Amino acid sequence: MKLFIKLATVGAILALAACARPAQDMQIQDPYAGAGGAGMGGVGATALPGTAEYFKTAVGDTVLFAVDQSTLSSEARVILANQAGWLNQNQGFSAVIEGHADEQGTREYNLALGARRANSVQEYLVSQGVAPGRLQTVSYGKERPLEICSTEECYSKNRRAVTVVSPGAGM
Amino acid sequence: MLRQFLLTSVMALSGLGLAAPVLAQDGPLRIEITDGVIEPMPFAIARFHDEGGAGEYLAQVQNLIAADLTGTGLFREIPASAHIARPESFDAPISYEDWKAINAQALITGAVRVEGGKVVVKFRLFDVFAGQPLGDGMQFDAAAGNWRRAAHKAADQVYSRLTGEGPYFDSRVAFVQESGPKDARRKRIGIMDYDGANVKWLTDDSTLVLKPRFSPDGSRLLYTSYATGFPQAMVMDVNTLASRPLGTGQQGTMSFSPRFSPDGRWIVYSLEKGGNTDIYQMDAATGAQRALTNAPSIETSPSYSPDGTQIVFESDRSGTPQLYIMGANGGEPKRISFGEGRYGTPVWSPRGDLIAFTRQVGAKFHIGVMRTDGSEEKMLTESFLDEGPAWAPNGRVVMFTRVTPGGDGQPRLHSVDITGRNMRPVKINGAASDPDWGPLLP
Repeated sequence: MKLFIKLATVGAILALAACARPAQDMQIQDPYAGAGGAGMGGVGATALPGTAEYFKTAVGDTVLFAVDQSTLSSEARVILANQAGWLNQNQGFSAVIEGHADEQGTREYNLALGARRANSVQEYLVSQGVAPGRLQTVSYGKERPLEICSTEECYSKNRRAVTVVSPGAGM
Repeated sequence: MLRQFLLTSVMALSGLGLAAPVLAQDGPLRIEITDGVIEPMPFAIARFHDEGGAGEYLAQVQNLIAADLTGTGLFREIPASAHIARPESFDAPISYEDWKAINAQALITGAVRVEGGKVVVKFRLFDVFAGQPLGDGMQFDAAAGNWRRAAHKAADQVYSRLTGEGPYFDSRVAFVQESGPKDARRKRIGIMDYDGANVKWLTDDSTLVLKPRFSPDGSRLLYTSYATGFPQAMVMDVNTLASRPLGTGQQGTMSFSPRFSPDGRWIVYSLEKGGNTDIYQMDAATGAQRALTNAPSIETSPSYSPDGTQIVFESDRSGTPQLYIMGANGGEPKRISFGEGRYGTPVWSPRGDLIAFTRQVGAKFHIGVMRTDGSEEKMLTESFLDEGPAWAPNGRVVMFTRVTPGGDGQPRLHSVDITGRNMRPVKINGAASDPDWGPLLP
């Protein structure tokens, strides 16, 4: 034991000595320095896996629906399976599932349609093992479009359910 | 001498209505709201007399009466510059020949005075070609701030006598004002006179609010609010602005689309549970609730018949949204809409004879009316997005929301009569939606 400490101390002294070398002997490489294109001037950021931001960007918080429909497509099921996986791994979060509709319908029917969509998502997440008490649903009908143009390109993005996670155990 | 009045029809505007035949009618001076293009009835308002302190009210009252009448599309005012006769006083005899000479079929005379903080409006109506008064003269007084109501009451009398329809000018409309970009709209509830004047704000725009609906006496408003983060049906006292949720907001449910019964005892509304939406009924006094429908489909937008015995509503139980009627206590619904497309937002006319609705066929929306058995369906409007009709108290005019397409699209309120004629915007500043027309004011 004594020898080890001695060797470690010597190692530390040598390391410190190395840092004390004169500056002109060292080449400082800054990988982010210099003029450059996108991303070269700033500091890249990646959300940590256990955060709402990660859920939103890496897992995917949104599934889309066909006109008038609340059934889940196969793509939607893949995204939701991933959502369920994340929720199962991050038990300290609960979620509100927002259902939305596009503007091609009357206001109250669209509230009800959004509720159907949110419920479809909720049922699927529960079927994948998420405790129901951690999930709530709300419908925004056509009140909160993501895209505001009046063509199918925008409409298809507005027919969606968004799973919004936040810290808290739920009910 | 009986009045001859020619109703000339050029062509039916839309729907299944047949062009009305050319008629020569014996009988009182009358213009009717029927299918076909109607020549507006020319009328004149002799300059009103100031009977004491009328000041600016004199012209304002006279102009508002004229605006109410011409705004219906049924009347055309002959301007003062064309008048030959100028009656010396409110009680001066009428020189009918002078009014016949300018082809005024109806003549209105009037007077305004102001005393003790009140505006007093008098009027008389004359059938010019019959050479006699049409009904009795009347007087209306109102606190000075309510002068518009006195003018509307006078205009309502003239309108009713000349059309045979019930009055509707002296009424208020609740609506939602919208501001901000389309993907972050701010909404607040307002009340205004039917013509857009006297706007009063009832909520601020910090909370999303939708679809205000009057109680039968106009003293309360039902509406839907996101104050809790979830759609919740609410009731508000229009005078105190005190507001409370309807029922106890059950965890995990949404309530919306509330409407009073005509006797004010019941509220029907949509309740969503587990993704499914049904129509429920609540005792307005006790808050006791029960389901009127129990189906896995969407049931929403309920509206009572004026006798309170039936409810028309929207359901997609057939696969697409359609209109159904059931008894006010629930029971087997009967479908009444059968055309192509989707039907929604049904509203029963206060006269009981028609149901107004929104219909979507392909990419186009229409406001329409049909008889209560679903027959004689007629489209009144067509555009990118028309929705949510509301009935005037006389059941002859409908107000609705029209939205223009695109990212800059704006909602605006319009009114149209039940033949589809005279569609015109309601004069309010800014974008507005979700109108509900209140009762005639007492």
